[in-house]
Amino acid sequence: MSPVLEARDVVAGYSPNLPILHGVSVYLNAGEIVSIIGPNGAGKSTLIKAIYGLLTVSSGIIEVDGSSIIGFPSHKLVSAGVGFVPQTGNIFTTLTIHENLIIGGAALSKSEALERIDDIYTMYPVLKDRRREKAGILSGGQRQILAVARALLTQPNLILLDEPSAGLSPMAANELFGVVRGLTKTGSAVLMVEQNAKAALRISDRGYVLAEGQNRIEGAASDLLANTEVGEIFLGMRRGYGSKGGT
Amino acid sequence: MFLQHLADGILSGAVVSLGAIGLSLTMKILRFANFSHSELLTWGAYSALIFLSFATSFGGMFDQNIGPFSFGVSLLISMVFACLVTFGIALFLHHFVFERLSRKAGHMTMVFASFGVALILRHLVVLIWGSDPIYFSNDLQFAVLLPGNIRVMPDQVFLLCLTIVVVVILHLFMTRTRTGIAMRGVSEIPDLARISGVNVRVIINCVWLIGASGAALGGVLYGLTVQLRPELGFGLILPLFAAAILGGAGSLYGAVIGGLIVGISENLSVMIIPTNYKPAVPFLLILAILYCRPQGLFGERPQ
Repeated sequence: MSPVLEARDVVAGYSPNLPILHGVSVYLNAGEIVSIIGPNGAGKSTLIKAIYGLLTVSSGIIEVDGSSIIGFPSHKLVSAGVGFVPQTGNIFTTLTIHENLIIGGAALSKSEALERIDDIYTMYPVLKDRRREKAGILSGGQRQILAVARALLTQPNLILLDEPSAGLSPMAANELFGVVRGLTKTGSAVLMVEQNAKAALRISDRGYVLAEGQNRIEGAASDLLANTEVGEIFLGMRRGYGSKGGT
Repeated sequence: MFLQHLADGILSGAVVSLGAIGLSLTMKILRFANFSHSELLTWGAYSALIFLSFATSFGGMFDQNIGPFSFGVSLLISMVFACLVTFGIALFLHHFVFERLSRKAGHMTMVFASFGVALILRHLVVLIWGSDPIYFSNDLQFAVLLPGNIRVMPDQVFLLCLTIVVVVILHLFMTRTRTGIAMRGVSEIPDLARISGVNVRVIINCVWLIGASGAALGGVLYGLTVQLRPELGFGLILPLFAAAILGGAGSLYGAVIGGLIVGISENLSVMIIPTNYKPAVPFLLILAILYCRPQGLFGERPQ
């Protein structure tokens, strides 16, 4: 079985002359949750943005279901079954919750979108109760749930989450990780970049540790949780990993 | 006297509102102040003249005036023609000037480019139609007396009614259709709209369609109630910007209310200041709103 996502030897950055990723490789199977963790400046968010075509990929391969997605316009990736929830600016605060979900279903037919929105309301009743309210008044946790729900509308095979728990209270973060765990029930694979490494690994199947734009450690999430080297990379104790800070 | 000035203000404000809708939307979505937008009003008015000349040559029902108005069916059809021509010009400018510049240059470069485009558009009108004033109709029209001793021309009543119809249609479009909602989303966070599956290029084309059509209608209605001259749009540039900034960039209702405020203040101002200073009123309004509420009356700050 071919992986849902395969990124191989990816070199990318905000400028072609100044790459942040120096040959990073990750893969993701159907129904898996995989976390990308690492210290600040490791290139985690850069990787997810490169996969989604928001940054220029200088070299390497990025394939979804065996087909290259490099150079795909972002709106076409949605139709190709890839959903993305950015870290910030992930909801339209001046629109209502319902209107946010309508935009999330832009790639679907109108009837299909309305049907899926009903499903979303069943899954997340908190959104249904406040559907006519402006999304800007939601709490941090509710905003993230709305952002995930918006990405779920097209029933993507692959969901990319960029630091979903950033800025959330521990209780809201726990609630959100519960939502993320539930995403795989529909068969979606989740690639999650997360600063809260322990919490992310607890709900993940596998994980990758990045440092200075390169793969450092990878393996089963339970192994990474028990691996002391991971902690050393995070704390910058090991020479050459996090000691110089991020890029 | 006050009521007459108020009525005149509402009528001139209606034209400003129609032009300001497009300017406000493009300011918010394309993130630059397009000084050539006012020239779309001029081109709208003059392109209607092309169709009107053709229709008049056929005579018959096209040539007969409708009720008390100074125009016939031909002008109504020419309005649609004007919208299409103006949309074509706007689309051409977007793809061959503004979009290309936006990839390489900053906002200031685009603003200066829009000044250049405005000059070209204005002088093309002079080249094609000459600089003398032209009228859609040479028929004499008599003012209607309304309660409060207010006198208005039937064409001006049509202008106001058409503006109200356009605003209601646009309101329904922006709040009830998926394209309208996507347009509001793109105006807030274009990247998020893109990753949600919205084809932003299509939405931007829709923005130009609405903006250019509003400008064309504004231009035709202005030409209908005043006269056509190459400086038609240039004379409205300050009121248009005042209305868009006053109402808040990207806000449909803001542009409409902003236009009415500009029109009413300009017309009421002549009661206390010499008429020569009337064009300065929109400028004072821009200063006042930027000082007190930079996001405009209806502009929302993303939370």
